[in-house]
Amino acid sequence: MNFFNAIAVGLKEIWANKFRSLLTMLGIILGVSSLVAMSALVKGMENGMKAALIAIGGLEKVRVEEQDIPVWQQHMADQAVGTTMNDVHALLHSAPLITMVVPEMRTRNITMTRGGKSISPWNFIGTWPNAVDLNQHVVAHGRMFNEIDDENARNVCVIGTAVRDALFGSPEQVGREVIPIGEFVNINNQRFKIIGMFDRYESEQDRKSRELQKDKPVEPKTGPERSKGFGSGKGSKGGGMSGGFVYDLKNNTVYIPLNTMWLRFRAATGVSGAGSGSYSRSSGTSAGSTSGSTAEFVPDPRLSTLSIKVANIDQMDEALQQAKNVLMHSHKGIEDFSFRTQENWSEDIGTAIKNYRMSGGIISAISLLVGGIGIMNIMLASITERVREIGIRKAVGATFIDVFTQILVESVVIAIIGGVAGLFTSNVLVQILIKLSPTGNTPVITVESMVLAFAFSVAVGVLAGLFPAFKAAKLNPIQALRYE
Amino acid sequence: MALIELRGVSKIYHLGGEEIRALDNVDLDINGGEFISIIGPSGSGKSTLMHILGCLDSPTRGSIKLDGTEIASASAREQARIRNQKIGFVFQFFNLLPKLNVLQNVELPMVYAGCSARERRERAMAALKLVEMDNRAKHRPMQLSGGQQQRAAIARALVNSPKIVFADEPTGNLDSHTGETILRLFHELSLQGRTIALVTHDPEIAAVTPRKIEIRDGKIAQNVDAKLSGQRDGPKFDVGDRQNLTP
Repeated sequence: MNFFNAIAVGLKEIWANKFRSLLTMLGIILGVSSLVAMSALVKGMENGMKAALIAIGGLEKVRVEEQDIPVWQQHMADQAVGTTMNDVHALLHSAPLITMVVPEMRTRNITMTRGGKSISPWNFIGTWPNAVDLNQHVVAHGRMFNEIDDENARNVCVIGTAVRDALFGSPEQVGREVIPIGEFVNINNQRFKIIGMFDRYESEQDRKSRELQKDKPVEPKTGPERSKGFGSGKGSKGGGMSGGFVYDLKNNTVYIPLNTMWLRFRAATGVSGAGSGSYSRSSGTSAGSTSGSTAEFVPDPRLSTLSIKVANIDQMDEALQQAKNVLMHSHKGIEDFSFRTQENWSEDIGTAIKNYRMSGGIISAISLLVGGIGIMNIMLASITERVREIGIRKAVGATFIDVFTQILVESVVIAIIGGVAGLFTSNVLVQILIKLSPTGNTPVITVESMVLAFAFSVAVGVLAGLFPAFKAAKLNPIQALRYE
Repeated sequence: MALIELRGVSKIYHLGGEEIRALDNVDLDINGGEFISIIGPSGSGKSTLMHILGCLDSPTRGSIKLDGTEIASASAREQARIRNQKIGFVFQFFNLLPKLNVLQNVELPMVYAGCSARERRERAMAALKLVEMDNRAKHRPMQLSGGQQQRAAIARALVNSPKIVFADEPTGNLDSHTGETILRLFHELSLQGRTIALVTHDPEIAAVTPRKIEIRDGKIAQNVDAKLSGQRDGPKFDVGDRQNLTP
């Protein structure tokens, strides 16, 4: 009996017992769709985590941080220079594997006030204009300060939406989006003009819940205004792994020009670095001439951090080695710095996703297995019903292989039909999941998961069919013919 | 050389330590073109003999040659091939597959022989014509009378042109009139040169065949050939009386 014949016979048999076959397939359908839906959920989660990783600058971003001087160099501790603008220029000139260098100067104890409102931003940073690129900021309104602002140390700032919310009121409170471009605020009692505002950064999850909130009527307040305790902020964050804090941190940012930072907030102590305070990468003479207005101050050339961008992630190790070599020169050979990459976080995401996938996969695989047991059960019942038929087939010349193939094909055909139906169902299921839970990351169906689920269902069909097929093929024709 | 040669064939079952000799040292020759009946009461061993001759079962001892080849020690796979190519079965309960129509039932042996769909169809229709069932080809077995079902079953037994056809109580489930028609059909087929063995417990049916082999307690009790012994108690009905069969 050839193969197509066997499939035709199998289909006929399934069609003859429509309802029973449908019930049997249901196990496979549910198994396949749960496998695909689970994988879609995990994929959505992965996308959310990766988006958070990219929001802080992606894998290419590496921070150069200060580090305690190693023990064997302790005797040179007083010679250590720390991270300075010299490093920035050295890296820019001598490390071709590094495409971008951004110096950052942070200041704590900053209070921004306007009217009766105040905020202490988490990130108050003096930096270069290219910080926007490196940290993946989007200037939604106004503009980022440019090199001229930096050169002239103008009192301008670019703020995140959380700062706007605190000083001008959030869109939820005011009822409309306040765009405070051109407004003035006081930063530690110095007048600063807001020239730009970043986009509102939030995870997809938060955006969705906010949009959902917008449609709902405001719940009437019960009792007096009060804080409801830790973690009961406006939007409940989806736990550490979803990376919600990254977005909060990013929204709570104020950028001012690096020179302004030095002049207004840092100009007290430190070694004079001629021209090193200037943004200009050109020669010392031009730097000297442009920085004339700042000459009377003695800026502190030390930086709090230095962020670099690696040209190519695949050359991460080489680039870091190159950066280290350059920095060792500008640090007099004292290793008082270290590199901090996002590789760890990326690996954490990888492990977490692997774990989710594993546990979800096992659960769905079990449900598929149950479906397979259902098939085996039905096939066993079916061959018991058809003992006589098998006897007849054997009497007219069916061999062991013929009967074996027939039963196996039947079981596999059930599994294949169930698998295909399951793939359709999974799409419906995922659509329902998207509708049901607007919060959380949008599930994404992947082709790999569909292929995997289908292959798995076929394998289950084969496994489930083996035993009944063997049992049927082993039947003694004489006894099978006598069977009533 | 005989079509079937049995030499010292025994079939022994063990039931709870007791030895049951279903066949005991049987020697038998069946020639091509013979029309024989194997008769005996139930439990005599006639079914066992048919199963062994029909390659459904293997003997415990002895040798069987079918068409010159030894089949006593054939593997299950070879047995299946022999059943498919050289042996046709007709059963008491017709044993047509209820889910298939008559044509598909008749095609079944050719499916396992690996014939093409076209050849299957042509030969199945030819076999159905032979038993005058070609106008019922698309009917399901359940839509047919017992006699019609048995004729379809005979067509199925003949479709692979077997060396020998075994009919196990072919009239046992039919009324006497229909049974007679079926026996007449067998007779006609035998006249066309086919080897046919009727297995029955009924001496009246056995009386139709020229040669009768009577089995009792696993042994051949009587082996009567009307042609050889000159007895003329052969066919009860006239061979020429075939108005029911041919138009």
